Order: sequence, then C-alpha cells, then structure tokens
Amino acid sequence: MANLEVEIVAADHAVWSGAAKMVKARTSDGEIGILPGHSPLLAILAEGELAIEPLDGARIAVTVDGGFFSVDSDRVVIVADNAQLHDGTGAANAGAR
Amino acid sequence: MGAQIRVYRQKISSTTSMRKIFKAMELIATSRIGKARARVAASLPYANAITRAVSAVASQSEIDHPLTTEPEQIRRAAVVIVASDRGLAGSYSASVLKQSEQLSELLAVEGKEVKYFLVGRKAQAYFEFRNRSYERVWTGGTDAPEFSTAQEIGAVVLEAFGTDFEKGGVDEIHIVSTRFQSMVVQVPQVVRLLPLEVVEETATSEADLLPLYEFEPETEQVLDALLPRYIESRIFAALLQAAASELAARQRAMKSAGDNATELIKKYTRLRNTARQAEITQELSEIVAGADALNAS
Repeated sequence: MANLEVEIVAADHAVWSGAAKMVKARTSDGEIGILPGHSPLLAILAEGELAIEPLDGARIAVTVDGGFFSVDSDRVVIVADNAQLHDGTGAANAGAR
Repeated sequence: MGAQIRVYRQKISSTTSMRKIFKAMELIATSRIGKARARVAASLPYANAITRAVSAVASQSEIDHPLTTEPEQIRRAAVVIVASDRGLAGSYSASVLKQSEQLSELLAVEGKEVKYFLVGRKAQAYFEFRNRSYERVWTGGTDAPEFSTAQEIGAVVLEAFGTDFEKGGVDEIHIVSTRFQSMVVQVPQVVRLLPLEVVEETATSEADLLPLYEFEPETEQVLDALLPRYIESRIFAALLQAAASELAARQRAMKSAGDNATELIKKYTRLRNTARQAEITQELSEIVAGADALNAS
C-alpha cells in the first residue's frame, strides 16, 4: 500500500516531515482521518491536536492553533500558525515559532 | 611645527579607535547574516505551501472574495515601508525611502491619497523630520523580525482594507521593502499586497497540474482563512528579506568604512613623519647657522 508523505510547516520553520500510514486531524467541522489514496482536499484546521502514525515508531501528536492542510496525491501538507510537536516519549521538542 | 605633529597624532589615534568600531560592527553583521539567511530559507516551506493553496483555490473556482476583487475606484492607498532601526548600513534605508517617495509620487499622480505604515526607526525619523503624518509605526527588531510582528502588521492593514473609504479605509496596499538577491545585491522593491493578484500557475507538465480540491467546510470559508495567512506570510517574507538585506548592507558599509580608515591612518602617518623630519631638519640648520655665526665673530 502506498504511504502518505507528510509535511508539517509552521510560519518560520519546518516542524516535521516524513512518511506516514495515517493522519488524523481536526477540522472546523469535526475530526477527519486521512489514509493513502484520499481525494484532494483543502481544509481548515481547528485548534487542537492532530495525530500522525508514522511508518515506524510511535504515534506523533502535534498541537496546533489554527491553520489549514491540503491533501493531494498522497501528499499531506499541514500549515500551522504555531505547532508544538510531542513525540512518543511525551517530551515536547521543536518549540513553536 | 610641534603643534602640527600633535594634530596628526590625535587624528591617527581617533581614526584607529573608529576603525576598531567599524571592524567590530562588520564582524557582528557578518555573523548575523548567516542566521538571517537561514531564517529566510526556513520560512520558505510555509510560504510555498500557502502560495500553492491560494493558487489552487484561485485556479478552479471563480473567486469573488473582497480581498481579491479589484475595487471600481481606488481613492486611497496604504504604503508599508520597511526600513531599518539603526543607521550605519550605507544607503540601505535611504534607498528604500527613495523608492517609497517614487511610489508616493506615482500614486499622487493617479489621484490617490496615501496612508503610511512604517517599520523601523529610520523610516519614523524620516517622516517626523519632515512633519509628515503616518498611521502606525513598528520599531525594534528590524534585524531579527518576529512572526508576531508580521501578524500584527497584517491585521492592521487588513482592517484598514476592510474599512469603507468614507470611514478612512484604504482600497489598495503596497509594501516597499528590500529584496535580498545576494550578498552584494539588494534591490528595493514595491509589491502590491492587496487586492491580491493571484498568479495563475501555468502547468508545464502533467504532474504540475493542480488537483481538483474538495473544500472543507466551504470554498468561501477556506478563502477567508487562507488569504489573511497569505498576506501575513508575504509580509513576514518581506521582513525577513529586509533583515538579511540590512545586515548585508551594514556589513558592506562597515567594511568600506574600515578600509577608508586604514587609508586615512596611512596618509596621516606619512604626513606626521614628514612633519617630524621637517622639524629635525630645521633644528639642525638652526644649530649649524648658530655655530657658524659664533665662529665668524
């Protein structure tokens, strides 16, 4: 099965990028899960957490406070105003801004 | 004669201490440019993602959004001028201000009123010295701009843009800043921020074709959220480029100031030596002449 190519960018730096099996995000309408092969989508992110399941390793949680994301041909670009990354160990790294 | 030597000595020592300052400022600017350029590079993914999304929305739906529609009549324009906080950067601020003067003239010829928004103390000083009014000024940190400043500027200009002309609103927004082309070339430029000129991407190959996006929730709401961010990212990019340009201009200015100081020191040292030599020669000839006079008597 194909993988998702995920890229998370904040205003002045790239937060995370890599391959993933699934991305779960919260839009202004509700939660949405994106699997490989999703149709192209451009949606507004709501404040809150989004989860990424990378190909290997633990699930990654990212706290964002607004932004948008686009999906096209298995490429997910998450554009956040401010993103805080929590990796599997629970330690917050790669500070926002 | 002795007085002349003393004057030269004073000049040499003051030029030497000034050269130290120039050298230090050059080194500081040099060390900061790398960081400023890295920040420009780091902001690119965000800017690219937003630009791509905006052109995707623009290319497939007939956008009729207040931010993208050209008003029938443009009566008042806002100009954001990005200059520096501190001087000693050669012609950096001066060339930005010159560029904005040209823009103001052009707008005046077109019969538009101009409102100014300033960034940097040098721009503020320029306006205050000439007793010209401006709407708002942001100072501090022009050499290391924060994203929050860009957000603030974005919010202020968008608010002015959203206000009716009768209530003091503006119909278009320009930004005058400096584009960092390379370490030696920085070009002052004018960009019209609003109304947006969405550049339609021309697809060169199959892969470049923008996909048909679905929008969530609605196209209009997506645009509402997207366009202010696009503006912010454009302003932030302009601020970062300006910061890199400012540092590069300062580095160059300080380098040539240091070189000039070295030249001056060389010149004064020669003059001092000549003066000292002349003094010795004169003293000698006076002694010889005195001895001769004594012998003759």
